[in-house]
Amino acid sequence: MSKEEPIAKKPQGSRYTLRVWRQAGKDKAGGLQTYTVNGIIPNMSFLEMLDVLNEQLVKEGKEAIAFDSDCREGICGMCSLVIDGVAHGPHAGCTTCSVRMRDFPAGSTITIEPFRARAFPVIKDLVVDRSSFDQIIAAGGYVSVNTGAAPDANCIPVGKEAADKAMDAAACIGCGACVAACPNASASLFTAAKITQLAMLPQGQPERKKRVVAMVEEMDRLGFGDCSNHGECEAVCPKEIGINHIAQMRRDYLMATLAP
Amino acid sequence: MSTTLEEDLRAVASPLMNSNVPEGPLESKWTDYKSHMKLVNPANKRKYTIIVVGTGLAGGAAAASLGEMGYKVLNFCIQDSPRRAHSVAAQGGINAAKNYANDGDSVYRLFYDTIKGGDYRAREANVHRLAEVSVNIIDQCAAQGVPFAREYGGALTNRSFGGAQVSRTFYARGQTGQQLLLGAYSSLMRQVHEKTVTMYTRREMLELVMVDGKARGIVVRNLINGKLETYAGHAVLLCTGGYGTVFYLSTNAVNSNPTAAWRCHKQGALFANPCYTQIHPTCIPQEGDYQSKLTLMSESLRNDGRVWVPKEPGDKRKPNEIPDDQRDYFLERRYPAFGNLVPRDIASRAAKLECDNGKGVGLTGKAVYLDFRDAIKRLGKQTVKERYGNLFQMYEEITNEDPYKVPMRIYPASHYTMGGLWVDYNLMTNIPGLFALGEANFSDHGANRLGASALMQGLADGYFVIPYTLGNYLASSQPADNLTTEHEAFQAAVARVQEMTDKLLSIQGDTTPTEFWRALGKIVWNHVGMARNAAGLKQAIEEIKALRAEFWKKVKVDGKGDTLNKNLEFAGRVVDYLELAELMAIDALHREESCGGHFREEYQKDGEALRNDDKFCYVAGWKYTGDVSQPELHKEPLHFESIKLQQRDYK
Repeated sequence: MSKEEPIAKKPQGSRYTLRVWRQAGKDKAGGLQTYTVNGIIPNMSFLEMLDVLNEQLVKEGKEAIAFDSDCREGICGMCSLVIDGVAHGPHAGCTTCSVRMRDFPAGSTITIEPFRARAFPVIKDLVVDRSSFDQIIAAGGYVSVNTGAAPDANCIPVGKEAADKAMDAAACIGCGACVAACPNASASLFTAAKITQLAMLPQGQPERKKRVVAMVEEMDRLGFGDCSNHGECEAVCPKEIGINHIAQMRRDYLMATLAP
Repeated sequence: MSTTLEEDLRAVASPLMNSNVPEGPLESKWTDYKSHMKLVNPANKRKYTIIVVGTGLAGGAAAASLGEMGYKVLNFCIQDSPRRAHSVAAQGGINAAKNYANDGDSVYRLFYDTIKGGDYRAREANVHRLAEVSVNIIDQCAAQGVPFAREYGGALTNRSFGGAQVSRTFYARGQTGQQLLLGAYSSLMRQVHEKTVTMYTRREMLELVMVDGKARGIVVRNLINGKLETYAGHAVLLCTGGYGTVFYLSTNAVNSNPTAAWRCHKQGALFANPCYTQIHPTCIPQEGDYQSKLTLMSESLRNDGRVWVPKEPGDKRKPNEIPDDQRDYFLERRYPAFGNLVPRDIASRAAKLECDNGKGVGLTGKAVYLDFRDAIKRLGKQTVKERYGNLFQMYEEITNEDPYKVPMRIYPASHYTMGGLWVDYNLMTNIPGLFALGEANFSDHGANRLGASALMQGLADGYFVIPYTLGNYLASSQPADNLTTEHEAFQAAVARVQEMTDKLLSIQGDTTPTEFWRALGKIVWNHVGMARNAAGLKQAIEEIKALRAEFWKKVKVDGKGDTLNKNLEFAGRVVDYLELAELMAIDALHREESCGGHFREEYQKDGEALRNDDKFCYVAGWKYTGDVSQPELHKEPLHFESIKLQQRDYK
């Protein structure tokens, strides 16, 4: 190993001061701790910067900071983080993994906290439990069709406009930023995106009323708050899903409960 | 190993590798076979517990389908939700022989293209079945509400992809993988609601448990509290993806890893064709050595972009300051007929060669230019924007450079692995009760995978193959007994994992697991990457052995075993990378031919892969012998009844 040359010459890079939320476990007290990290180049992604810090911490015999990430290209929805008070950081239409360090002035101080919501308990440091989202989908976010029971795909025509609208809603990556940004910690945008996707399509019609009632009730049961039209969710959504989807969900819910 | 190499290499079927391909004409094998399979009575299905590891297209589709059928399914994933499996990142599309475009496509044509694309190293019967069920996949996904692209009249739309001569690729914007995965995920969550499937998230499979020679359970690490958990079942389905992360630099996700498959290999499962790996030419290059994840851009960019490097090594001028006569458009120079459109493997190898000769550009010197200057001049900026706008935007977001003004920098990266656990026609490994689906198995892509075929294979295996073949296995060989995790085999498997964890935590050296991974990746990339030769492979084997020995002396793993500890998780994977990498090199060394993604410099004709069908028309299945460096080679000869073997020709 010692004979190995580094793949790239160590770039000079910048220094940042990080205030990071550390919390040993779900029921433990947490707090912000301060670290400095060096050698950060502008095109480094935010999570690569945290990787560098973690390597440094391990070398110093300290425990690495736990945070979630997987695809690192903005599509899986696993990364989170509230960066300087904004879910997924300062760059609009971006997940944390796609945020680059050039968005932060060299030498600045950055505060990093977990997504916070009653329905997203902290597991450790910056890792939170978002399994409540799976429960909302399990309550009805599907078309009930068994494998093998499908007709030929072109038997069900779908107008291009409806298909495009369904796709706009289906782009949701289930990251939970909408909940973290909402003053009420509401999951309305997430839930509405799935309801709208299926409401736009003929495949979704048979269960449309049952679905919206089941999903909305599950969302309430899990401890998410109500929507009061702040619009913070739309502002932080990395896939820029609009709050018009919430209006669609409300219309459907009203129709379903007034005329079940 | 050494003894088998000197033996006559002509393939003799190993008794461990009976493909179990049914008799009869190719076109009707699957239909006839399905009609005669043994069935599990509906009332008995709930007495069977099926363990499914992974929730990507293969695992998610399998778990949902088996749940619908009435089996009791336990489904595991490494992420916090089944919706995050790396199938989610596939962009381009999914092939199906629907012939909706009325352009002459058929099941046979898709089958033929896949066999040829795989350079005649895949099993005919499996590939034909894949092409047959491809049409059902599109029906199923459309019925789930997957928002495929549509024509104005409401019909599904298709595009041509990856050089195919017909339009058979279905897509949902640039995120087809995400939408297909969310379709499978929604069906899966419906079964969770119905309580046929129990989800276990944030679990990493670390051991296979075998009882009486059959796969009967698994050991997982609960990634939240570090506890080792055991689960018993009547069959284990491994749907855990490939091993592309061995290269360190890859387009795979951070948590993608071959540990589950490798631990099964060490329990006796044959690992097939590990040297078949795919390198994708148009990735956004690495910025520094901290970065393992590379982002892929569609190779359609090469339709209009011109690839070049400066003629003089070490030329540090900005690209636009280098005049045309001092640029080397090396693909156009070396391949005048195809120019920038040469196949993936040729383009990747040529780029690496230029960089190795000191002509690479960018911060690391590991990149070549992909220049749209001439295309913009010829077509206008607007046309270029219409064709590639989203890719240009993605490139700019990552690199902060405007590709309309400055040439893109690209470099090849590990993207997909065709090799994997050996499976028979039923997708069962040589361990009874252990099945492998999707990228985790070796089966359908031969030595090279075609574009838009990975999504197809994952869903085919999960929705339309395993529901049949699993039932046949259970009904004929596995009674619904009451084995529990009290059995001693579970305690022994837990002890194996615990021993490794203790060892990793006890060393407390000075080198992090990531540093070892990075060093290993460099060895594999240089010698077991796009171009291989005997001397390089032998050197790689020695270097990997030395690195592995050093790992067990110097690794530093912080924290504790009984808590969320990502450093420990990674360390365990690096242990497996260090072993699997050697097997990749051994396999590449033994296969003295070039085919698909396996290019041996000694076996070529004008830069084209030169197969040796007399000697190597077989699947290599490697058996673990207790010594990673001395695996035992088994062979499954490949018989081509329907297709005549030809040398791949792109000129």
